[in-house]
Amino acid sequence: MGAKRRYRLAAGVGVALLAASTVTACGSSDDGITVNVYKYPQENFQAVVDNCNAKAAGRYKIVYNKLPREADGQREQMVRRFAAEDDSMDVLGLDVTWTAELAEAGWLKEFTGSVKSQVESGTLQTPLETATYENKLYAAPDNTNVQLLWYRSDLVPTPPKTWDEMISMAEALVAQGKPGQIVGQGKQYEGLVVLYNTLVNSNGGTIIDESGTKAVVDDKAVEALAALKKLATSKAIDPSFSNAAEDNARLAMENGNAAFQLNWPYVYAAAQKKPDFAKNFKWAPYPALGGDTSKVTVGGINFAVSAYTRHPDQSFDAVLCLRSAENQKLAALKDGVPPTIESVYDEPEMAEAYPMRDTIKDTLKNASVRPLTPAYQNASTVIATVLSPPASIDPKATGDRLREELQDALDSKGVLP
Amino acid sequence: MSHATAEKAATAEPEPAAPKKKALSEGKKAERRLGWLLCAPAALTMVAVTGWPILYSLLLSMQKFDLKFPDRTEWVWFDNYVAVLSSPYWWNAVWVTVVLTVVTVAVELVLGMSLALIMHRALVGRGIVRTTTLIPYGIVTVVAAFSWRFAWTPGTGYLAEALGGDPVLTEKIPALMVVGLAEIWKTTPFMALLLMAGLALVPDDLLKAAAMDGASGWQRFIRITVPIMKPAILVALLFRTLDAFRIFDNLFVLTAGSQGTSSVSMLTYNNLIKGLNLGIGSTMSVLIFIMVAIIAFVFIKLFGTAAPGSDDGGKR
Repeated sequence: MGAKRRYRLAAGVGVALLAASTVTACGSSDDGITVNVYKYPQENFQAVVDNCNAKAAGRYKIVYNKLPREADGQREQMVRRFAAEDDSMDVLGLDVTWTAELAEAGWLKEFTGSVKSQVESGTLQTPLETATYENKLYAAPDNTNVQLLWYRSDLVPTPPKTWDEMISMAEALVAQGKPGQIVGQGKQYEGLVVLYNTLVNSNGGTIIDESGTKAVVDDKAVEALAALKKLATSKAIDPSFSNAAEDNARLAMENGNAAFQLNWPYVYAAAQKKPDFAKNFKWAPYPALGGDTSKVTVGGINFAVSAYTRHPDQSFDAVLCLRSAENQKLAALKDGVPPTIESVYDEPEMAEAYPMRDTIKDTLKNASVRPLTPAYQNASTVIATVLSPPASIDPKATGDRLREELQDALDSKGVLP
Repeated sequence: MSHATAEKAATAEPEPAAPKKKALSEGKKAERRLGWLLCAPAALTMVAVTGWPILYSLLLSMQKFDLKFPDRTEWVWFDNYVAVLSSPYWWNAVWVTVVLTVVTVAVELVLGMSLALIMHRALVGRGIVRTTTLIPYGIVTVVAAFSWRFAWTPGTGYLAEALGGDPVLTEKIPALMVVGLAEIWKTTPFMALLLMAGLALVPDDLLKAAAMDGASGWQRFIRITVPIMKPAILVALLFRTLDAFRIFDNLFVLTAGSQGTSSVSMLTYNNLIKGLNLGIGSTMSVLIFIMVAIIAFVFIKLFGTAAPGSDDGGKR
């Protein structure tokens, strides 16, 4: 009796172990192939995944795994799994600034052959650049983003074309006792780096050279520091500029203090909830510095395939589907994220959700990318720290300090703040 | 005696010099061997889980090792230590940590002692009083830190609104004050608990006798209660100092180290986990390890803090 029970117990355990091992071996309950997608929480992304699962018709099944909401948290989770050579990650939603770092570390599969040409055809050039490192394609652009200049048409009849023009118009409004403030991202974080990168590129300057290994910070980049200081010390700047992130800027303008806002297109959808405010809420291209047009820093998400995936073919196939024109349109209409495939902008439904789509598309064609270097995270931390608070910038001295600390960060020598 | 020592040196026997150990019987020896054998798995596990990571971080701290550049790994010996020790960010973090530690532990000692006295002497609702004081310590630090953060965020927080709606967490000194406050709020109950255990050591008869002799309340506290409680106070201080020195969770949630509010642990996290720089990050952890060891040494050797469980009355 006792022996029998022990035998049954052992058999039970054995069966359980066997079952568990088959389940993990296939990574799926119905003996199919699972492609695990890791992406930030996007409201309607599951609908995109469902579309692709229907299209895959049982060849594989995509599972949407949500990463943390904050970019740093997303990166940390992925990097930790990469470092442990986790083979349960297949497709990854990467912030555009991470491509170089993860590719250099050998964690991403390169896009080659027909997959590569399918990604490249019809995709806007600048988003494609963010997916490229050392002339190899490591990701497929999913959505993109650029900042515009938002203004109140009841206060500003014609939007300013240049940086100086914007500041003097705003100061004139403030002098007349009108709500003429300029709001934007001045807090010590990535938003400040985006602002500075836009100014540097618009002015034709360079922060880090093309190889991504040498800190340059040339004269034009120093001029951009002066432009940033001019904004931060202007009479028209939002007093909490040096603490403001995207949403602080949006709220400050919606509360009626500001005439100008430098921000991403999501503020348009948010403004529609306040009809009184929305009717005068207009957009224009980002003010230029140096040249005729501004070269705005591009944002957004790219899909990459993990180097440790056990299903590379299915993963690449899934990427092509997840970022197809049809699904980009769905994401644009439902989640408000600008597409990376040019033809999507011309779809009739886009006019309603994206009245500023032509401005976005034009801005994108002339947009700039953030420095492509594996040490981007470090470089970004250093830039944000050295430039903060922007009002205390001393262009020459700050430029020298930036060059020195950036070089240390690129050599992974210095201490990150 | 001298003959025995010479013989030992000659045969290089590993046994210590004490002659009484020679008197061990065969049975005792076997018992001791068995004891060692039984302990060995646990001891080896301990070495593996605590010793290896320490050794590994020592090894890493002498290498240039950045996960982003796996091909550029090389031995650099003490270059990382030079880089860290010559960095203003590191010294800023050290100062932030030291100031936070000294200030919060000092305030906690005073508050904790008052709380302990109240709890010790409470006549009505003793259970309720003790339970309520312990609530902050029972809350998960990160959760508490989030509620502090919301409270101090203009627009959503009652504390920020009550003080004029300034974003206090975005400036260095005010932010550090908020962090200190959160730490004090959170760990004073722990201090009070340890001190209350010490208070129980003070005999009532002694206090009554002193009162008969005309000692005032303050004199009784300073001359009788505090000296008798000294071991408990020192243990409480040691624990809290070591804890406070490693402050991380409160800071992580409240400021994440921006505006120069990084503690040494926060800075290490930023370099190690965020920056993927294992060399520099490990160097920092080794330095923290050394600093913590120094604090413990100072407390135990100079102030005579007894390790909990030892029975030599606070002296070693």
